[in-house]
Amino acid sequence: MKILVCISNVPDTTTKVKFVDSLRKLDTQGIQWVINPWDELSLTRALELKDDPLNQVQSVTVAHVGLVGAEPTIRKALAIGADDAIRINAEPTDAYFVAAQLARVIQENSYNLILCGIESSDYNGSMVGGMVAEFCEYPSISSVSAVKIENGQFIFTREIDGGKEVVTIPAPVVAIIQKGIAKEPRIAAMRGIMMARSKPLKVVEPSVAEPLTEIVAFELPKPRAACKFVDPENPAQLINLLQNEAKII
Amino acid sequence: MSVLIFVENWDGKFKKLSFELVSYGSKLAEMLGKEVIVLSIGKVDNSELEKLGKFGANRIISAFNDSINCFDSRLFTSIIAGFAKQEGAEVVILSNNNTGKAIAPRLSVNLKAGLGAGVGKLPTGISPFVVYKKVFSGNAFANLTIKSAIKVLTLAQNSFVLIETENSATILEVNVPIDQTMMQNRVIEVNKQSGKILLTDADIVVSGGRGMKSGDNWTPLLEIAELLGAATACSRPVSDEGWRPHEEHTGQTGKIIAPNLYFAIGISGATQHLAGVSSSKYIVAINTDKDAPIFSAAQYGIVGDAGKVLPKIVEALRQQKGK
Ligand SMILES: Cc1cc2nc3c(=O)[nH]c(=O)nc-3n(C[C@H](O)[C@H](O)[C@H](O)COP(=O)(O)OP(=O)(O)OC[C@H]3O[C@@H](n4cnc5c(N)ncnc54)[C@H](O)[C@@H]3O)c2cc1C
Repeated sequence: MKILVCISNVPDTTTKVKFVDSLRKLDTQGIQWVINPWDELSLTRALELKDDPLNQVQSVTVAHVGLVGAEPTIRKALAIGADDAIRINAEPTDAYFVAAQLARVIQENSYNLILCGIESSDYNGSMVGGMVAEFCEYPSISSVSAVKIENGQFIFTREIDGGKEVVTIPAPVVAIIQKGIAKEPRIAAMRGIMMARSKPLKVVEPSVAEPLTEIVAFELPKPRAACKFVDPENPAQLINLLQNEAKII
Repeated sequence: MSVLIFVENWDGKFKKLSFELVSYGSKLAEMLGKEVIVLSIGKVDNSELEKLGKFGANRIISAFNDSINCFDSRLFTSIIAGFAKQEGAEVVILSNNNTGKAIAPRLSVNLKAGLGAGVGKLPTGISPFVVYKKVFSGNAFANLTIKSAIKVLTLAQNSFVLIETENSATILEVNVPIDQTMMQNRVIEVNKQSGKILLTDADIVVSGGRGMKSGDNWTPLLEIAELLGAATACSRPVSDEGWRPHEEHTGQTGKIIAPNLYFAIGISGATQHLAGVSSSKYIVAINTDKDAPIFSAAQYGIVGDAGKVLPKIVEALRQQKGK
């Protein structure tokens, strides 16, 4: 059994984003890059599955579409415990392009389970996982909050409106991961960091695929009006404002 | 040529978000000079389907097949793509909820159509086709050009007003043939709570953070929610501590919501929390620390101890409601 985790390289979630070039490009100065939080949790769960010999997971591979600058993030995934990594050497221009690249790698190496995060914290698209599945003509399952293996079969829990569903799907399958999949992201230990340096990181060149979308300009949020303060001794005033000024209750 | 809107049903019923989708699609079709076709999959009564007409649908296709027994994104994609091709859809619109997020990316590849995910407004231009969407978890917005001939959009919930028209639509029932090999999800267990207001559907949300001090202190917060007909939510540390269930966790790694009114009680307002709630129309913050960042995101604030302030709010609400 082989598992692939697709990872995205994103600015740390506390970053105050800024733009340059007349608001057309992200100002990358001073940005701390991290593994997208959901991808980190997916990787953690993949490693937990591998830890249990009953699951017979032979390898956990990570794949990333990006330029050489993303290698520290990939090495971090190796340090956390992935066995090997593949970097597709191209600027990740849009989700369609990225998914097309990942799909090729998947078809060439045939994994049983492919994990993608439900969204990347930069462009918030919720796109790559589903796109990869359609390119590969694999089944997929979204909003997955748990995955286990029983008798060689994947058992997923997915969130539905007002509850949860337990679903089985034959491999190969793409699972799109959200909260709940693992408690805390696994942290790289010193030994892992040392070992990561010698783990295989294969660089492959991209195939031809045309991006279908392009960001033409960014905007920063408009500042909100100043907060109106209400006397804590008299919250009836708050109810009055919500009712008569904002007119929302 | 048309604008095709996919609407999901919940046990044969539609919701406000279904009507938001049709309102949005109708306005967009007006901009493009196209027909509005709504596609529903699964058994829905005509009386329910007719409601979609009021929001501007020209034609409603009600597709069903008795062998569909659960939601399978690959199968649904193939059905929607089939109708999109048949009807020459130029834009396909879905909700940005769990179901829409599962289908839209697949559809994008199937139709080779660029995807604009989580849009909240009509396109700012149609030639080129430019949509406006939240990026960096609400810390910025982007104007995104979709360059392909066909476009797929997902609409953020509670972001577009309902627009009722005098219109009525024709309804066509279609027993769709399906390819069994596309249906590989098998549901072995369902756990569903009914009757509770869903956090993502709620107009008002009352949410508590670490400033609530303990899971035992939630009674007045729940009472406020009950009196306002609101759903309840919490910050991440609260669900991590087990004070509240995980389904209530809002924020970047939890649920992303956009209610009309959000009460943030004992919540500091970390960027990762705001990422999930910053699209709320109004935020009320209650916090002991007057410098807490939540007050910069809020329209109304009370600097005070939740333990003392909440019972007073309950009292004031009871008086207002005459209870
Ligand atoms: C990758 C990543 C993802 C994350 N995702 C999320 C997410 O999705 N959602 C989320 O919420 N967090 C998330 N976090 C955590 C986030 O950074 C904050 O730690 C968290 O939101 C803080 O929760 P809080 O406001 O409840 O607690 P605190 O920050 O501890 O704030 C408690 C607040 O309560 C106030 N207070 C104290 N006593 C009282 C009282 N008696 N009455 C009234 N007010 C009082 C305090 O002044 C303070 O402002 C994430 C973090 C990371 C690194």
